[in-house]
Amino acid sequence: MMKLIYAWATGLVFGLGIAISGMMNPAKVLNFFDIAGTWDLSLAFVMGGAVAVTFIGYRLVWRRATPLFEDRFQVPNSNVIDARLVGGSALFGIGWGIAGFCPGAAIPALGMGRWEVALFLGAVGLGLALARILKGQSILPRSASA
Amino acid sequence: METAFTPFASFGGGLLIGLAAVLLMLGLGRIFGATGILSGLIFPERCPEFAWRATLVLGMVMAPGLIFLATGAWPALDVPVSPLIIAIGGVIVGLGASFGSGCTSGHGVCGLSRLSLRSLVAVPTFMATAAITVFVIRHFIGA
Repeated sequence: MMKLIYAWATGLVFGLGIAISGMMNPAKVLNFFDIAGTWDLSLAFVMGGAVAVTFIGYRLVWRRATPLFEDRFQVPNSNVIDARLVGGSALFGIGWGIAGFCPGAAIPALGMGRWEVALFLGAVGLGLALARILKGQSILPRSASA
Repeated sequence: METAFTPFASFGGGLLIGLAAVLLMLGLGRIFGATGILSGLIFPERCPEFAWRATLVLGMVMAPGLIFLATGAWPALDVPVSPLIIAIGGVIVGLGASFGSGCTSGHGVCGLSRLSLRSLVAVPTFMATAAITVFVIRHFIGA
């Protein structure tokens, strides 16, 4: 139960950060990328602030043997640079530049009660499902597909 | 449309985003990747992992309402593109984040902070394609 409340509070801090920073505003996100037009550099400050805290904070946290609520840290350790990583990231940027939303900004934005956000997240879900089909993974719950 | 340059609010918000990433690592030993968390909710294959993702997302969704309660104003959210464009962008974001194994939070915030080689490749890649896409749409196509 403590773990669930802890996760809730963590999500709330993240959402507040997204909302205060301007990340959940597609007009602002698209202007960050529109260097030749209505450029707004603000989002560089979001990334700067977030990476500064995370860079230092992770190193402090990793001095511990285990996390508070789990028995180990689950950090990706792959260093493989392949076409899937580069192509997928390139595709992600294209989608981000088209819509102006990314998932981390759109999830908190759902709390604004705006249909555009629900449409975006529904489309992301469709994209995730398509990717699973293309990778040969099931999109059904394990209990249903087994 | 023009948007105001907000370095202080954006930096402050960034600090909170970073704090959340650190808190998730401290508590659950996990990377804060929004797409991974979303994917875990949509395709819940491991039930014990579902519950904390659900409360995490609940916390995220409650943030704008809390800001409204505290300040009396909702955060800005202006969508300068059409519904069709939002939907197309969303599908591409989902496909790309899945194949690229991450998005702005997972690769951007957490991956760069870990100095992950994959994220050091992924972030400049998606930043560049996003900027090129916006340039092509706004200044070449003229939409």
